[in-house]
Formats: sequence, structure tokens, C-alpha cells
Amino acid sequence: MLGWELPPHNSGGLGVACLHLSKSLAKLGADIDFVVPYEAEHNFDYMNVLSAGHVDPEMIYKGSAYISADIEEKRFKQGEAKEMFSMRDIQKNYCNFVEKYLMEFKPDLVHAHDWLTYEAGILAKKNFGIPLVAHVHATEFDRGGPNGGNPLIHQIEYEGLVWADKIIAVSQATKNIIVKKYGIPPEKIDVAYNGFELPKDDDYHYDGSSYQYLEGLKAKGYTVVSTVGRFTLQKGLFHLMRAAARAIQIHPKMVFLFAGDGEQKDQLMRMSADLGISQNVIFTGFIRGKQLRDIYSISDIFVMSSVSEPFGLTALEAAHHGNALVITKQSGVGEVLQSIVRYDFWDEDKLAGALVNIAESPALTHTLQDGIRHEYTRISWDDVAAKCIQVYDEVSKHKRNRF
Amino acid sequence: MKSIVLYLHMHQPYRVKHYSIFSVDHDHDYWTDKDWYSGSNNERIFKKVAEKSYRPMLKQLGKLIETTDKFKFSLSMTGTFLEQAEEWAPDVIDSIRKLVKTGRVEIVNETYNHSLSFFVDRDEFEVEVRLHQDRVRELFGVETKVFRNTELAYNNDLAQWAESFGFKGIIAEGWDKILETRTPNKVYRPDGCNSIKLLTKNYRLSDDIAFRFSNKTWNEWPLTVDKYMRWLETAGNQGPVINLFMDFETFGENVWKDTGIFEFFNDLVLRWSNDSNHNFMTVSEACDSSTSEETISMPWTVTWADTERDLSAWLGNSMQHEALKAIYDLKDDVLASKDEELISDWRRLLTSDHLYYMSTKHLNDGGVHQYFSPYDSPFDAFLYFMNAVRDVRGRAEEYKNPKTKKKVKEIAE
Repeated sequence: MLGWELPPHNSGGLGVACLHLSKSLAKLGADIDFVVPYEAEHNFDYMNVLSAGHVDPEMIYKGSAYISADIEEKRFKQGEAKEMFSMRDIQKNYCNFVEKYLMEFKPDLVHAHDWLTYEAGILAKKNFGIPLVAHVHATEFDRGGPNGGNPLIHQIEYEGLVWADKIIAVSQATKNIIVKKYGIPPEKIDVAYNGFELPKDDDYHYDGSSYQYLEGLKAKGYTVVSTVGRFTLQKGLFHLMRAAARAIQIHPKMVFLFAGDGEQKDQLMRMSADLGISQNVIFTGFIRGKQLRDIYSISDIFVMSSVSEPFGLTALEAAHHGNALVITKQSGVGEVLQSIVRYDFWDEDKLAGALVNIAESPALTHTLQDGIRHEYTRISWDDVAAKCIQVYDEVSKHKRNRF
Repeated sequence: MKSIVLYLHMHQPYRVKHYSIFSVDHDHDYWTDKDWYSGSNNERIFKKVAEKSYRPMLKQLGKLIETTDKFKFSLSMTGTFLEQAEEWAPDVIDSIRKLVKTGRVEIVNETYNHSLSFFVDRDEFEVEVRLHQDRVRELFGVETKVFRNTELAYNNDLAQWAESFGFKGIIAEGWDKILETRTPNKVYRPDGCNSIKLLTKNYRLSDDIAFRFSNKTWNEWPLTVDKYMRWLETAGNQGPVINLFMDFETFGENVWKDTGIFEFFNDLVLRWSNDSNHNFMTVSEACDSSTSEETISMPWTVTWADTERDLSAWLGNSMQHEALKAIYDLKDDVLASKDEELISDWRRLLTSDHLYYMSTKHLNDGGVHQYFSPYDSPFDAFLYFMNAVRDVRGRAEEYKNPKTKKKVKEIAE
């Protein structure tokens, strides 16, 4: 398994997905060596985690794994050694490690997650004849927004998809992008939606301590609307901000939580002031762990405003904490959920109308919340893993025929 | 003698357009969707159904009346259907008028707006029944004698009301849980009534045509006239009155022309008429044909929808209850306004279809609810409906407090 991050050294959903998928695959009998680009101790009893280099994990997830525009220019300071690395250096190093590994071991197949690891995957396929499964959690078209993204990443992504024996996409929306933009035949691509792991032996409980100010507002009858994610173009947050202003105009007792960080943060703050709603908008900065779960706990409505979202695990997290979900039609997670309000990312009026109606109607809120509770738990990682095993079997058959 | 009692129901609701919360207070037109291809464009849908179903089926019914003396049937249409037909397909009204003039087509009464008012507000319910009687009298010059409630929603109270109102007959679903071992093919007396008759739908034989005719996975597919005639004969042995009740739109809209549904119907009527032991009856004739005093009791409400045959498709979740309450709560203010347009808009929002679109019953298995819904989801249906309710409330309040509203407007200007 070729991945880029694993919790707790992760910046987003990719690490979470890789972890749960590997765990469920191991349950089905898969023997997994998982390669990460950084050096850190991971103790999982269901797989071996191999470090490709002596890079600090902070660098990977606080760095720019997802901000694709400047992968070569952006340099990172590496601890004591004062060595400078770029994302490309880390990738080259990753490839070297995989090559060395393959000279010693011969896995049945290589499962590579996103463009970051595709070069290593291609190498395994080209030089060692090992079947390649490319898993697409996001494409450069999702990350790059209307500007089209980074041409080098497009190139790597394209080659990875062409070389792969089989492709797994996290939603039909993502599959459509792969077919349309990269011209890959649809029969080569299987859709496996991400799962959701119910926290087990969970010691989390909401004690109301993190956001006492918000608790006070709620007691006064405010509705809390939240969104969680990186503040980038892909997330459609300007539309959300304008819709927030429209909604507050009709229903003033509403407060919006923007949880996360990113290049649009300053613009978003300025925008909230320009729209005259800065009193109703709260920026939490980058948060994780209990603080993040407290966000989900305190909020009544969760909005996923993405212009293009391959899946969107945060929506399932929010559902787990009892939020009513309002999700763009351009988000993959919406394909597996029914008890949600859907809207087009540009349709600010519909979003605002939905927020007002949910805030004012206990019945709508309860129907959405109760409905989603029955839906999100049915999406299990074991099912995703079973789908992957099917794909593995197919790929292995190919291999037998060919060689 | 074995008799087929054919009763066809015509209905189109006024679907609420994608009515934004930002339209409230300035756009009072909830029904005209500017997007022609939208699922809530009432004009497009009516014209489409008129072309695919109303015109060809009415033509065929007319021909059958001309060619065979025995053929008769009953028909009902909602007020919202009649309004749309008058606006977008007046020839459909003319065709119905011609059929009624032959004396072999009986019109059945129902609530003008296809509402569930019987279960919410008895006064409003009676007003809607009278509105329907008046409209039918105006358009077709006949008096209705038999009543059907919206979605065949029926219980003992309804039968007693219909008797006291003066109807000679009433229609209900012949649901097994009520009939138990009794046949639907007989005329009954509703429990607690003295004169009114009850006709129960033979849902198996009706649904063989309405729901299963085009279903290729049905083990009886394809349904031939021979086979269906045999089933009718068997049914007729249990009781002489075979009640085939279905949506008019079955022919051509729900079941498409290319399945052979029109030919099937034509051949069925002709072959049934050929036998001297067979005939057709209207619903009134069926009521008059029996002197039986055998009673049927339906203490709880039975409808013709879904496998549960109850009201859960309309009142199965809290959104539907909230929406129902919100619209009926406006009654006094709306009626007090005496603004005919406002009252008409309010009544159009009483139509039960709006609640049906909000059903979450089969959200996860798609099915018949989504097929008939003009919206992406039950939540969208709720959003647009409640936005329209907000606007109706604002209009009604304007009459209540004309001064404050006027002042606000003046200041705004």
C-alpha cells in the first residue's frame, strides 16, 4: 500500500481513509506493508508501516501536500540538518525507497493512493511487473478549481491512471471526472464510497467547555451552522459566506462557524465584515481532536459548500454528531445519503432558504437528523475493503492471463 | 349477470414551483415555473399528459360508447384538474362534456382541491365538496350522487357524513384486512348507516391493469384479454359487481401506449360486452342493483396507497404534520380577507400531493413516491411549500393589519 499520511500525522481525509481501509482489508486477510514518506512511529497490529525517509511528519501535513500550485518552489526546513526539501524531493526519495523495497520483496499487488504516490506505483508496474491499483481520493481538477491545477500533477495523475490495471474512485462524481478529463475507459474504474467508522470504546463526551460563548448563544435561541475544511477555492466558502448574510437577513439568530485554515482565510474575514455579519461569523483556526468534535457537537447544521468534493468524510462525522446536513450536489458523499438538503454550489438563495427553514422548523430539523442517523452507519469500511478485494482478484486474474 | 363497474379518476395538482424564500412578500405566483422543463412546470406536465393520456383515452372511451350499447363508466375529476384543463387543454373538457351528454357516464363527487380536509377541518371539507358539486353542475349540467374521498381515504365517520349529506353511495378500497374473507365484488352497507351503499375496489384486478400491466418481471406478464377475462369470470362468481377503480392517467401516462394498454382495454370492453351474461354499470346503478344489508365497518382510515393502505404516505413524518398544520392554521385569516385569489391560492396548497412529495417512507429505495415527485427530495418539497405558506400568511396578515403594512410600505418607498 502506497500512501502519504496516516493519523495522527494527517492533514485531512486521505489519511483517515487509508487507515480504516487498511484495517478492514487486514480483517479480510490482506497482508499489508504501508509506505509513508515521513519518519514516525506507527504501531498498528494489522499492518507494517514503512518510512521512506527521514522527514518530519509535521512537514508533510503542515506543508503543502494539498496545495498543489507550488510543489517545486516551496521549500521546507528540515529540523537539525538544516536541509532544504521540496515536495518533489520527498516524492523522489519515496520512489527510491519503493524501488529498493521491491528488489527484496515481491508483493501480489501495489495499491497507490492519489497522485503523490503514483510515480512509485508506475515504477512498480513498469520495472517489476507488479499489478497496480490506483485509488483516487481527489483529482487535480478538484484541487485546482477553475484554474485547472498544476500541469505537472495532471501529467503524473494521468500516467498513473493509464498505467493502473484498475482504478478505484471514491464517488461517481470522481469517476466521471476521470472518464471525462483523462479519457480513461469507464469499465476500468470501480466506485467504492468511503466508509465510516463508529468510534469504539469512545471516551469522548461533549462537556460544553470548548465553546461556552456559543452555548450562551444557543440558550438564547441561536442556530449554529458549521463548516469544516481547508479554506481553499475547492470548498466554495465565498458562496457560503454570501448565503450566510442572506439567511441572517431573514433569520438573525444564526451563527456560522468556519473551522479550519487556508489561503482564503483573510479574504473570508474581510468578506464577513463587508457583508455586515462579522458578529455572526466565528473563525476557529486549524483544530483537531476534541476541539474539532466539539464543533460537530455544538452545531445544529453542517454545510459542505464544495465546488468539487470527491467524497467529503467530514459530512459523515457531522452526521454522527447529530447535525442536519446541507450538501452541494457537487460533493460525492451526497451520492450515498438521502436525508440531506442538496443544492448547487452557486445557488446561494437555495442554501440560505434551506438554512432559514431548518432553523425555523423543528420538524424539518428532526426529519433530517433522524433520517441521516439511519444512513451514515450503513456505510462501512468492511464493505469498501470487500470491494477492493474484488478489484484485487480481477487484477490478479489479468496478471495470470498475461504472464 | 356479472357487471364491471369502471371508475376512472382524473387529477393534476398545482405543483409549487421552486419558490425561494427571497420571493416571499413580493412574488405571489407559486405555480408558474419559468423553466419549461422543470418537474414543477404545471403547464408542460398538463399538456404532456393531455397528449399522452387524456385525449387518446377519451377518444377511445367515446368510440366504445358508440360501438357497444352496454358500455358505461364513471368518472371523477378534481377542481385543480378542471382549472388546468380549462386553461391549457379546453378540448379535454369538451370531450368529457360530450361523454356525459350520452347519459352513460356518471360523474363522482370529491373534494375540489383533492385535500385531506375531512380529517382536519370538517367545515372546510364541506365547502370543498360543495365547490366541486357547483363546478360539475356549471361545466356538465349534472348532479353528483356518489362520493369518493381524496386517495379513497375512508372510515365509518366518513360514510355517516356522506349519508347525512345526501349521497347514495360511497367508494373505498377493498382491503383484505377489512373484508377478511368477504368479497369486494358485492354492494355493502357501511356500519352505522341506513341507506347509503358502499362499493369496494377490487384492488387485485384493478392493479393488474394499473400497476402490473407493463411489469415484465410479473409472472403473469404479458397480460392478455383471454387471461384477464378468465380472472373476471372467477371474480364474478364470488359476487356480481366487479369494481375496477383506477387513475385515468393509467392509460397512456403511467402505462405507456407502446405496452398495448389501449388495445387491451378496447378488446376487453368489446369482448366483455359480447356475452349476454355480462354488462357494465355506473357507480349509481351498482348502488341501486343491490338490496343487501350486509354491513362493513372500517373504524380506522383506509386509503388506496402503498402496501399499508393508510395515510402514512401523507402524514408519516413530522415535516408533513407541520406543513399540514401550518396551512390549515391560516384558514380563518385567509377566508376573512374575502380576497378570491388569495383564497384560491390557499386552497391549492391544501392539495394532498404537496404532503405526498414530503414523504420519507421510501427514501432509501426510490420507488413510486420519487417517480411522482417534481422535486429532488422530500426536503426540497418541504422548503418550497413552507416558503409559499410564508407568503400566504403575509398576504392574509396584510388584510388583518392594513395600516401597519401600508406604513411599512410607504417608509420603504
